[in-house]
Amino acid sequence: MTDIFGIPIQALLGQLLLGLVNGSFYAVLSLGLAVIFGLLNVINFAHGALYMVGAFAAWMGLTYFGINYWVMLVVAPMVVGLIGIVIEKTMLRWLYRLDHVYGLLLTFGLTLLLEGLFRSFFGVSGKSYPVPDLMRGATNLGFMVLPNYRAWVVVASLVVCLATWFVIERTKLGAYLRAGTENPRLVEAFGINVPLMVTLTYGFGVALAGFAGVLAAPILQVSPLMGTNLIITVFAVVVIGGMGSILGAILTGLGLGVVEGLTKVFYPEASSTVVFVLMVLVLLTRPAGLFGKTK
Amino acid sequence: MNRRLLACVVLVVIAGMLPLMNVYPIFVMKVMCYALFACAFNLLMGYTGLLSFGHAAFLGSAAYATGYALKTWGLPTELGILFGVAVAAGVGYVMGALAIRRSGIYFSMITLALAQMLYFFFLQAPFTGGEDGLQSIPRGTLLGIVDLSNDLSLYYVVLGIFVIGLAIIYRTVHSPFGQVLKAIRENEPRAISLGYDVDRFKLLAFVLSAALAGLAGSTKAVIFVSATLSDAVWQVSGLVILMTLIGGMGTLIGPIIGAFIIVLLENKVGEFGTSLARITGVEWFAGLGESVTIVTGLIFVVCVLAFRRGIVGELGAFIARRRGQSAA
Amino acid sequence: MKTRILAAIAATGLALGAPAQAQAPKISNDTIKIGFITDGSSVYADIDGPAGAEAIRMAIADAGGQINGKKIELLYADHQNKPDVASARAREWFDQQGVDMLIGGTNSAAALAMAKIATEKKKPYIVIGAGSSRLTNEDCSPYIVHYAYDTVALARGTGSAVVAQGGKSWYFLTADYAFGHSLEADTSTVVKANGGQVLGAIRAPLASSDFSSFLLQAQSSKAQVLGLANAGGDFINSVKAANEFGLTKTMKLAGLLVFINDIHTLGLQATQGLYLTDGWYWDQNADSRAWAAKFEQKVKRKPSSLQAADYSAASLFLNAVKATGTDDGDEVMKWFKSNKVNDMFAKGGTIRADGRMVYDMYLFQVKTPAESKAPWDYYKVAQTLPGDKVYTTPAESKCSLMKKS
Repeated sequence: MTDIFGIPIQALLGQLLLGLVNGSFYAVLSLGLAVIFGLLNVINFAHGALYMVGAFAAWMGLTYFGINYWVMLVVAPMVVGLIGIVIEKTMLRWLYRLDHVYGLLLTFGLTLLLEGLFRSFFGVSGKSYPVPDLMRGATNLGFMVLPNYRAWVVVASLVVCLATWFVIERTKLGAYLRAGTENPRLVEAFGINVPLMVTLTYGFGVALAGFAGVLAAPILQVSPLMGTNLIITVFAVVVIGGMGSILGAILTGLGLGVVEGLTKVFYPEASSTVVFVLMVLVLLTRPAGLFGKTK
Repeated sequence: MNRRLLACVVLVVIAGMLPLMNVYPIFVMKVMCYALFACAFNLLMGYTGLLSFGHAAFLGSAAYATGYALKTWGLPTELGILFGVAVAAGVGYVMGALAIRRSGIYFSMITLALAQMLYFFFLQAPFTGGEDGLQSIPRGTLLGIVDLSNDLSLYYVVLGIFVIGLAIIYRTVHSPFGQVLKAIRENEPRAISLGYDVDRFKLLAFVLSAALAGLAGSTKAVIFVSATLSDAVWQVSGLVILMTLIGGMGTLIGPIIGAFIIVLLENKVGEFGTSLARITGVEWFAGLGESVTIVTGLIFVVCVLAFRRGIVGELGAFIARRRGQSAA
Repeated sequence: MKTRILAAIAATGLALGAPAQAQAPKISNDTIKIGFITDGSSVYADIDGPAGAEAIRMAIADAGGQINGKKIELLYADHQNKPDVASARAREWFDQQGVDMLIGGTNSAAALAMAKIATEKKKPYIVIGAGSSRLTNEDCSPYIVHYAYDTVALARGTGSAVVAQGGKSWYFLTADYAFGHSLEADTSTVVKANGGQVLGAIRAPLASSDFSSFLLQAQSSKAQVLGLANAGGDFINSVKAANEFGLTKTMKLAGLLVFINDIHTLGLQATQGLYLTDGWYWDQNADSRAWAAKFEQKVKRKPSSLQAADYSAASLFLNAVKATGTDDGDEVMKWFKSNKVNDMFAKGGTIRADGRMVYDMYLFQVKTPAESKAPWDYYKVAQTLPGDKVYTTPAESKCSLMKKS
């Protein structure tokens, strides 16, 4: 058995793969945050809570209505997106004229509200969500046994991330979006309904969070607290990646998942702090972030 | 100015009489700690315009530092508290130096991330006791004379610390240094063009805010004879923002009122919920006690949307309007 | 003249007052208040939590709701697994609400914190659900009764049984707090004493949701047995993940603290054959079955051993108050230590000088799906473990209150 730095290569590859799985979540979530920040200039603290709502939507769909995972994979993000649209139309839009911090504070308050509501209805211990039948079982990769579902998570996240990147960077709709970020007045003068675009962008951004939630439901316990600690790590990911770039958010998310996985092998005590340490390093050397443009 | 001083003295005297009027001293001490914490935060947010989302780091590190100093090193209480303040100031210096590199929303996110990093450090480090926390911290004596294990004596000591902390903040705000901070909040490019080394002022304000927040944390550790992870968790950072927001950012007494409301809320929501359940017969209200989070979140949302000036701010605007009306 | 009359009145008053004071000790504040602080919303909410409060209410109702005309009241609080919330609440209840005794725990760190407060205020504190054996050893006090289980009993029960079955090499997955450490330490001692070896341990933060990385490392240790030194939601998640990653094919799982609610959530398919040590099972005799049926009517599920212990402890306290006529802490503690526990929870249980409630525990084995005839019919008794064998013996006790004979 070959050893790298005293760790058997089996264990290393296994943790790397697990890191990739976590990285997929980071990628999808930081993508959503980047999209929202790009157009609205709002840091959506509620992203974690909405990720949790997505997971619960999947659970509720199954438990109360018997709707299976595959349908919920499409329906739950739409539900979360709708909630996002309501939030934007009723609350966020009043804050655009004000200092950016108010957007952060509002979404922070929404996080507490959503978390508290779900907590009082469902308790904190979390609900079990079964792995969909198609994905059950595991494949023996030789160096580890990888549950099929986790492989699916990586594939699904990559597909969604690349699709989003394609729409934003390579289509006309994406062009309008990017133009709207640079100069909303001018874009409006061209007859494009910028407020509607903004609303739909927020809805889409949080729908991505909801999608990540459904993906997470069979792996983690569906619990009202599942989003909160995750969101702060995602913030660090976004600071490292720089919030200007879509591709940057995706790559940083995946990369950091892998780095975290490696840390769990060599120095497990530091695995929860490694992302923050990297953030500090990036701040000292490249304050705008790895892929960021100084705004 | 003299009227204000008289008002302050009267308030302090009233505060001093509270335990004699059968008000639970531990409750008032808790309010005072959080009020000091909120005022320290307000120094940074209300007066300098920097939203720090990581103030829990200062509360927590000071609490752990003091707890450790008192329990393991056996330092006398006053030295233990000063040690906690020093540690918090140190943490503030490092955090501030890193965060000030970016401005606006990035500044807030960095403070949040750094505070979370510190939280994870506290979770792992053996000296903090991890999930169990530091328990049975000896309260000791003040200067070898006053026995602090007596709740009443401790009360007056904490009152003294609170007054000193507020006095420091008052002096800072009403000083040339404070004026520069306000200038930075109003129009930073202009302050730079006037020749002020803005970053140095920001860092100084950050460290001062951290140190005072640390004072609140150290005192809290002595009162509750424990320092645990709940002091360093990010929800505490959010809570102190809410206290300041409700009370009124940029006002001196606003955060104190905000702290009082929030601590009262935490304590009484449970009782309010059970009485509501009894009145309406709706069983769900009885579970409201666990849902301090919901109420807190709701207040946050309402305040940000409709009540940004906070209680003291709105009151001030109201009084100004009345004066304007009567003048016209 | 006036002063002499006043003096006379005062003297008469004192004289009349004195006999009243020489009467039998009274009930403080004219109510008997039981305080119950436990985890109501986090990982251990189902095994104790608000349903435990329900069990205590049943005990109060069975005692008639009042003793000698003084009402019995229950105060309930959720400490959310935070030691500081628990100790602040306990302190406030003793100072402000006149609470006469405290029940609860379900978190060793919170229990240790509350124990300090109860000792300071000289009020009885019955610990149920917190497993740390420190409560009757290094941190013992004349006001603590450690009811239900502790980590020593669990270690001796499950640990020795699994080693006897051939599980000689162990690797621990431990919840990173007082209880987890205690369980790991006690079980390691038993494993080594029985000729086994401990290959390593990994500490996971309390309430982790994803154990995949820890389990992978456990697997690479090549140990025969994975000792799960955790409980509640953590236990459920680790067993689920272990099944998912195929760990159960190469390692045996030893659940060191398992409750019937966990088996219910995981299902018999995933847990069949698992050994566990516990002090009570709803189906163990006619009395327990009857009480469990009453509990099920209120709470819609069968009780765990902790909820049964809550009922038993509350009843014990109320019996003590009735017998001694007072709710004074010292009197109640004296009564506790000189009377036996004989109810549907335990037969012939005794409370020792160090506060340990010693009673017979059982080694259960989880039935296969075929053997189970009804919901909640999950356990069969593999062995009865006599109390004096499975708990720390008086000779081993590190508590200063135990007189070494």
